[in-house]
Amino acid sequence: MALILRNARLIDPQVGLDEVADLLIRDGRIVEVGHDLTAKTYVERDLSGKILVPGLVDIHVHLREHGFELKEDIASGTRSAAHGGFTAVCAMPNTTPITDNALAVEYVKARAAEVGKCRVLVSGACTKGLGGETLAEMGDMVAHGCCAFTDDGRGIKDTGMMRRVLDYAAQFDRVVMPHCQDDELVGKGQVNEGVASTRLGLEGWPAEGEELEIMRDIALCRLTGCPLHIQHLTTKRALDLVRAAKAEGLPVTCEVTPHHLVLTEDHIGDDYPTSLKVNPPLRTAEDAAGLIEGVVDGSVDVIVTDHAPHAEWEKDREFELAPFGMIGLETSLSLILTYLVDKGIIDYNRMVELMAIRPREILRQERVALEAGSVADLTVFDPNIEWTVQASDFLSKAKNSGFIGYELKGRATDVYVGGYATMENGVVVE
Amino acid sequence: MGFPHKHLIDIREYSREDIMTILETAKTFKQINERRIKKVPTLKGFTVVNMFNEPSTRTRSSFEIAEKRLSADTLNFGGSGTSTVKGESLTDTVKTLCSYKVDCIVVRDKHAGVPRKIADISGVHVIDAGDGKHQHPTQALLDLYTIWEAKGSFEGLHVGIVGDIGHSRVCGSLIPALKTMGCKVTLVAPQTLLPARPDVLGADGVTTDFNGILPELDVVYMLRIQRERFEGAPYPSLREYNMLYGLTQDREQYMKPDAVICHPGPINRGVELDSYMADHPTRSLILDQVYAGVLVRMAVLYLLLGGSDNGADS
Repeated sequence: MALILRNARLIDPQVGLDEVADLLIRDGRIVEVGHDLTAKTYVERDLSGKILVPGLVDIHVHLREHGFELKEDIASGTRSAAHGGFTAVCAMPNTTPITDNALAVEYVKARAAEVGKCRVLVSGACTKGLGGETLAEMGDMVAHGCCAFTDDGRGIKDTGMMRRVLDYAAQFDRVVMPHCQDDELVGKGQVNEGVASTRLGLEGWPAEGEELEIMRDIALCRLTGCPLHIQHLTTKRALDLVRAAKAEGLPVTCEVTPHHLVLTEDHIGDDYPTSLKVNPPLRTAEDAAGLIEGVVDGSVDVIVTDHAPHAEWEKDREFELAPFGMIGLETSLSLILTYLVDKGIIDYNRMVELMAIRPREILRQERVALEAGSVADLTVFDPNIEWTVQASDFLSKAKNSGFIGYELKGRATDVYVGGYATMENGVVVE
Repeated sequence: MGFPHKHLIDIREYSREDIMTILETAKTFKQINERRIKKVPTLKGFTVVNMFNEPSTRTRSSFEIAEKRLSADTLNFGGSGTSTVKGESLTDTVKTLCSYKVDCIVVRDKHAGVPRKIADISGVHVIDAGDGKHQHPTQALLDLYTIWEAKGSFEGLHVGIVGDIGHSRVCGSLIPALKTMGCKVTLVAPQTLLPARPDVLGADGVTTDFNGILPELDVVYMLRIQRERFEGAPYPSLREYNMLYGLTQDREQYMKPDAVICHPGPINRGVELDSYMADHPTRSLILDQVYAGVLVRMAVLYLLLGGSDNGADS
C-alpha cells in the first residue's frame, strides 16, 4: 500500500525544491512529488504547517552497546535519535569489545536490525583496540559494511602510525575521522585553558592541543591523499586550518556540535556543572562565533552531536572525576532551528546540507533527495513548536544534556525510514 | 546576627565589609586565646565535621583548635580510611554524614568545586578548607588579618606574590581578596608557574624581575615550592629556583625598610626563603599567620553558624 504525505512544505536544495506539495511513497521509495497525488490504495498523512526534508543523519554518536548498556544501548539510542528527528546515526567504535573487526561490525548491524529505530551506520577503529599501534582489519570491516574509520575518543599519537592509517585506508574510499588531541599538550585538561581554567582552578585544555593535531593530520592528508574528516572541531583557528586545506583542494571536511556553537566556557559556572564537561571542551565566545561563521560560509560541513550518554551517578561526581561528554540527539535539530535558522543566520537549505546531505556524502551513503526514486528517509518538523528541554522527556537512557531548561523553538514531529514511520506526531512508533 | 553568608566557599562572594567584619571579629577572639582557659561556650551543641579528603596537618589542626575553643563538637572524617577509598561517591558520603545531623562541614579536597557540591547536597554550612587548585578562602582571610595587624590598613599596599601561583589554591582566594581590599597585586614567577590568565584572578601585573619589583613591595608573599616533583618539574632545579625567585638575605638590600614577609607554610628553608628571611625578627610574619589562622577560623565559624554570643566578655 502506498503512503501519501500531504501538504508539508518540502525543502531540498539538491533538487531546488521549496514548496508545499505531496509525496507519494511506495516500497520504501519516493514515487512521485507533486500536487493532489493519489494512488489505487493508500494511507495518507496531513502534514500541513510542517516542513519535510531529506532525513537527518548524525555521523557522530555513541550508542554504547556492546559493553556500556548502563549508559545507553542500541534500542534506547536509536529511539533517542528518532525522537530528535534523525533517520540514521553513525555509531562510534569505542565500545567493549571495541569495533575493530568485522565480527563487531556485524554485531552492531544485527542489533540495530533487531531493536533499532533508525539506520545505524557502523564506523570501525583505525587501530586495534584503539591502541594507536597496529592497523585494524579495515578491509574486512569494509567488506562487512563499515562506513568510516575513527579512533574517536583519543588522538593517534604516533605521527608515523597516523600516516600508515591514512595510507592504508586510502584504498577503500572511506574517510578517516580523527579525534584531534595532542595528549602531551592536553594532559589532564578539564576545561578550556584560559579564563575558565584559571577561574575554576582546573587543568587547562588548550586550543593548541587540538589545532596542532589538526595541522599534522592535514599535512598527512596532503602526503597520503586519504580523505580526512575532522571530528568535533571547536576553535576559530582550527577552522581556518580546514579552510586553507579546502582552498588547497585537499579532501578535508569537518564537523561541529551544537554545544560548541551555542555554549562557551563562560557557561561553566562556579557550581561546576559536569554536564558541560565535554571533550574537546567548550571554548571562548570568539571561537563559537567563528564556528558559526564557518557554518554559514560552508567551511563547516556537518553538524553532529557527539551524543555521549553517561549514567546519572557517573556525572554526579567531582568535576575532575566525571566523564567527558553530553547527550545531544534529542536537542540537536531544535538547537540549530532556534539559534541559527530562527535568527536568520542560516536558511533551511543550509540546514539540510549540514544535517542531511553532507553527512551522507562524507560517509559514502546513498543520496536521499525529495525526488522520485529516492529512498524515503524523511524528517518532518514543526518550526513553530515552542518547548522546554526536560530530562524526563528524553528517550535516551542518559540525562546528561547541557541544555536542560532551555526554551527552544521548532521540533521534529514525524520521521520516516524507508517509508515507515519511526515517529508520528512527536511519538516514537513502537 | 546579620552576617549575610551561609557558606565560605568563594571569597569573591564576600564584600569588603564582610571581610572587615571577619577581621574585626577575629581580633576580638584574641583575648580568649590569650587566657589560661581558652574556651568559650559559643558553639556548644553544634557539630562540625572536618572532612579532609587529602592530607593536611596545619589547616586541619587550626580548624580543630578553633572549633574546640568555641566548644563545638567535632568529628574528624577522612584520611586513608575514608569511604571514598572504598568506592563510595562523594554524594553518598555527604548524605551519610548529614544523617548524623551535623551543622557544618569543613572540607578539604583535591578536586576543585567539591565544597559547592557539598553545600548543594547537604544544605548545612560549608567552609572550604582548600579545594584542588581553586580556592582556600580561610588562608586568604588569615593572610589579610596578618597584613592588617602589621600594616594597620590595606590602603595603597602593594603585595608581591612569588612562586608557584598556577598550582596554588591560596592564590585563587588571596589575589581576589587583596583586590577587594584595595591592594595592588603583582605576581612574580616564570610562565611555567603561572595560571593561563592571571588577570582573571585580578592580578595587576606579572613580572619575572624579582629584584626589580622588590623596592615597590610592602608585602612579599612567598609561596611554597613543591619539592616532591622532579620529573616534569616547572623549573630545572631547586638551586636555580632559589637563585631566581628565592627571598635570600642578599635580596634584603632591595626591600623597603618596612616591607614584611608572609608564607602560607610549610616553608622550604633554602628554597623559597633562606633562614635569615624566614626568621627575620621584624619582617617575617610567618608565625603571626599561623596564630591568625586560629583567630580567623574562630571568627568564620562564629559568624556563619551564628552562635549565642562570641563569649569574649564572659
